[in-house]
Amino acid sequence: MALHNIEKLIDKYFEGETSIVEENELKVYFSSSDVAQHLKQYQPIFGYFSQAKEQQFTQEIPLQAKKRNVVVWLSIAASVVVMLSAGMFMYFENSTKANHFVACTPEDSPELALAQTQKALALVSEHLNTGIQSVSYINEYENSKNKIFKK
Amino acid sequence: MQQNEFIKIVLPFKDKLFRLAKRLLVSTEEAEDATQEVLVKLWTKNESLNELKSVEAMAMTMTKNYCLDQLKSKRAGNLSIVHNNYTDSQASLQQKVEDEDSLSWVEKIINDLPEQQKLIVQMRDIEQYEFEDIAKILGMNETAIRVALSRARKTIREIMTKTHNYGIA
Repeated sequence: MALHNIEKLIDKYFEGETSIVEENELKVYFSSSDVAQHLKQYQPIFGYFSQAKEQQFTQEIPLQAKKRNVVVWLSIAASVVVMLSAGMFMYFENSTKANHFVACTPEDSPELALAQTQKALALVSEHLNTGIQSVSYINEYENSKNKIFKK
Repeated sequence: MQQNEFIKIVLPFKDKLFRLAKRLLVSTEEAEDATQEVLVKLWTKNESLNELKSVEAMAMTMTKNYCLDQLKSKRAGNLSIVHNNYTDSQASLQQKVEDEDSLSWVEKIINDLPEQQKLIVQMRDIEQYEFEDIAKILGMNETAIRVALSRARKTIREIMTKTHNYGIA
């Protein structure tokens, strides 16, 4: 290739305006044996670029990452099973002794209304009793006070 | 995606990743580690790879980011280990011999460039990427890349002509 042309390309090259094709022309020119004396200084640059492209990655590609995924999914599945069974247990425990009331009026079915009223009252008294039970502890204070401050 | 399928995709550019990593990290071992790390990361993305237009560009970006992170953490670490610099204060005989070889001179000059220029020279002059692809990988615009590239090439030329005229500096 004409020397004149190469000089032009080199100028373009240092301005960062050459295309890949033009840069390849330069590489070819500088890898040949007859490089003009005043251009010899550029020879190592292009020589190095070609040489640097030869380096290869020789290590193995470690691809064991898939296994970790399985472990993650297994643990998620296990926790879901545990949560579900706990939830089911609670749910059934509650529903077996749940207090079902059916909406009705005494005119429709007096027996049912009576039964339900009694059930409701029993429930109220049951809860009331638990309340009273805990209040009865207060008597203990009275007892101990009487022990200390004897009348 | 199966393993062999993945390897088929990765095979054409794994050397480029390695060379890019080596350009930034200099040490071969570290560059190998970085390349493996990036490939494993790619493999874990697996399913989403098919949707990407260019896995290669993505991998190059990942390598660049990984290496820059490495360098940052290493620099921070170096501050605390002051006495580690003893052994390297004098270049070994082998190093001196290599330095006289003009090809490794070019390498040395490139390695002394700022990181961004190093990346661009590596991708343009060695891997011969188009400016468009480099812009995508680095997330810069093409004009800025041309300017940085021109600056880097001129720096290389300047130092080379100095050594050419006065012998090894």
